[in-house]
Amino acid sequence: MGDGAERGNAAARRTPQRQRSAGATLTTERGWQYALAPESREIVSIEPEYGLFVGGKFTAAESGGTFETVNPATEEPLARVAMAGVVDVDRAVAAARTAFEQTWGPMPGAERAKYLYRIARILQERSREFAVLESIDNGKPIKETRDVDIPLAAAHFFYYAGWADKLEYAGFGSDPRPIGVAGQVIPWNFPLLMAAWKLAPALAAGNTCVLKPAETTPLTALLLAEVCQQAELPPGVVNVLTGAGETGAALVAHPGVDKVAFTGSTEVGIAIAETVAGTGKKLTLELGGKAANVVFDDAPVEQAIEGIVNGIFFNQGHVCCAGSRLLVQESVADHVVDRLRRRLTTLRLGDPLDKNTDIGAINSRQQLDKITELSAAGEAEGAHRWSAPCELPKKGFWFAPTVFTGVSQSHRIAREEIFGPVLSVLTFRTPEEAVTKANNTPYGLSAGVWTEKGSRILWMAQRMRAGVVWANTYNRFDPASPFGGYRESGFGREGGRHGLAAYLDV
Amino acid sequence: MSNKIPRGQSLPANDSSVAAERASNEPSAASRLGVRKTYKLYVGGAFPRSESGRSYPVYAAKSGELLAHAALASRKDARDAVVAARSAVGKWSSATAYNRGQVLYRVAEMIEGRAGQFAEEIGDAEGMSALEARRIVAAAIDRWVWYAGWPDKVAQVAGGANPVAGPYFNFSVPEATGIVAVVAPAESSLLGLTSVIAPVIATGNTAVVVASQDRPLPAITLAEVLGTSDVPGGVVNILTGHTAELAPVLAGHFDVNAIDLTGVPASGRAGLERLAASNVKRVFCAEDDWAAPPAPRRMLAFLETKTVWHPIGI
Repeated sequence: MGDGAERGNAAARRTPQRQRSAGATLTTERGWQYALAPESREIVSIEPEYGLFVGGKFTAAESGGTFETVNPATEEPLARVAMAGVVDVDRAVAAARTAFEQTWGPMPGAERAKYLYRIARILQERSREFAVLESIDNGKPIKETRDVDIPLAAAHFFYYAGWADKLEYAGFGSDPRPIGVAGQVIPWNFPLLMAAWKLAPALAAGNTCVLKPAETTPLTALLLAEVCQQAELPPGVVNVLTGAGETGAALVAHPGVDKVAFTGSTEVGIAIAETVAGTGKKLTLELGGKAANVVFDDAPVEQAIEGIVNGIFFNQGHVCCAGSRLLVQESVADHVVDRLRRRLTTLRLGDPLDKNTDIGAINSRQQLDKITELSAAGEAEGAHRWSAPCELPKKGFWFAPTVFTGVSQSHRIAREEIFGPVLSVLTFRTPEEAVTKANNTPYGLSAGVWTEKGSRILWMAQRMRAGVVWANTYNRFDPASPFGGYRESGFGREGGRHGLAAYLDV
Repeated sequence: MSNKIPRGQSLPANDSSVAAERASNEPSAASRLGVRKTYKLYVGGAFPRSESGRSYPVYAAKSGELLAHAALASRKDARDAVVAARSAVGKWSSATAYNRGQVLYRVAEMIEGRAGQFAEEIGDAEGMSALEARRIVAAAIDRWVWYAGWPDKVAQVAGGANPVAGPYFNFSVPEATGIVAVVAPAESSLLGLTSVIAPVIATGNTAVVVASQDRPLPAITLAEVLGTSDVPGGVVNILTGHTAELAPVLAGHFDVNAIDLTGVPASGRAGLERLAASNVKRVFCAEDDWAAPPAPRRMLAFLETKTVWHPIGI
């Protein structure tokens, strides 16, 4: 995950922001201007139309159907993309089955490894192109795609490449077998990175894949398909089916799929679990979250502020493990919230391709509507709303970083996943109360704790029911680090040795 | 020791002076009426009847003779068992691994002391010879011993430090999932039962167990062992009754974290898995050969992996 917080901090020190909003009241603002620093989009050539990637070739959908993907920062149409239907799912699963039986399955692990290393290297070589394309299609800032999404995606392929010929030492028995054809449905918040999280361990373990990228962010998955071609990956080993929810539903329900992996909302995850029930398909789910980020009175405030900002405003809050509930000890609550607001006024919202941009576009109108609705509910239920005084572009989907104080546990904004740049602040007095409140959610994906006291960190880490606990840091990711949820945040882990279990017959 | 009905067997004739003396001080075995055992549920460390007041007859596998009336647990009993299991999770999951290992070992010791009773009960329940029954009991005891060694080892096998690319210390530890509902194997009334309970509780989970519907009596005798060993009340809760009535309650229960469907007939699994999806339960199902050496996967199925990050710096 790199060091976004540290970098952001340094940037804030060097360059107080351009302050154009009439609503700004903070005296620290000096009205400095940033020069525009746009990353060139020349490096990317977007085709007017994209087909499905099935059996190593790009083909139109059997139905001829297409849908449009837009740049959420400008609402500019980017391309028309094939809408895979039931027949296309059949074709892709058949291609994957053939590859599993004839090429990829029988191939020695050492050879599979070299293909994955090739993919990792090509991703590194074409990283700038991927970063720009991801920012255009998703709306996230170029500094995040450049420093986080793309390097981590390459790192995942590099990491799992090395497992492909060492599976017998992974602790799953002397001869662990792949499962077969994996149907993988991924979300729009980290389009390429989620594709890497799904494909790399599956391929290393010897499975073949049918990947369904999200409807609003298909382009980097299709570029990844091109990378697979360039790596000379045998046809059918990776298939990419673009489409909407029905495409994903058809894929997970397909009888030729042996393994289903899904990242997305808990609601859809439950529907998938119901579909898969009784079929014997192996299932892993990485679902929603409502993480508590707990700040004690002895926490180093400046670091904690950076961690809070990184926790909830990284990727516009479109992060399942976002620290969306700030639990701050009552004695320092006012101070922390003041500092937080001041820091948020220095965040720069705007053109995702500008290298200075901290907050990009909301991924879709649908998501913007959801964030808007939940924020309105926060106000209606009595919480106090504060938004950073930043000017929102006229076109595109935008939402200013927003902080709610006076939030109680029963408020919707404290219970429901907003998946946007909206932070709910709650307070606590004792560590026990912090634990109780942190765990008062059906989710359990992640949690944060900020304190200088080592024993308290471990005490909290032990008690918070979450798959990832970030102590004095937040939103760090690594291919070697298992990631996944407790409770209704799903089951199974991605990353590390643990991530192999999802794709082996164990 | 047995209370089978009818129980006409007299003690073997023995003309040694000690036996004769004892016989003269006790009522004649032939004339003495056996004291039957009432088989009840095991919930929260207590042995209640079903709140419904119901029971059902349990017959010997081979002879078909009536063995006892077992409690016919209701849906309410199942929900009560979940409450008991929840109240036990905190203490049991935070007990030291060494302590849990000793508690499981104590269970093995207790069964050893009652081996004859168990052999007789599973002989009746499963219709096997006395020799075979004793072999099965021995295997069940050994299985508890096997799992007794796991609590303080599983964290090193399933967790460890992760070499992340940055100045962070990062480690993963396995943790108990919480409450695991277990539908015990229909056939193997003690060894199979042991093989599904021990891996669940070894790692700090608590269990709500639906015993074999037709062979429930060894499960209740096991409950008596658990109740008189050091297993805290609520850690294991055992229901006897109709699987088709109890399993859906547990599969759909929002405070149950995981379910083991091993004892559910294949035809019934899809419906239960659909119910289990409602709160994203972990679902496990594997028909093992209970006589074969066990593997850790039943433990691993009911563990969460928690990964903790901390910066390294001065």
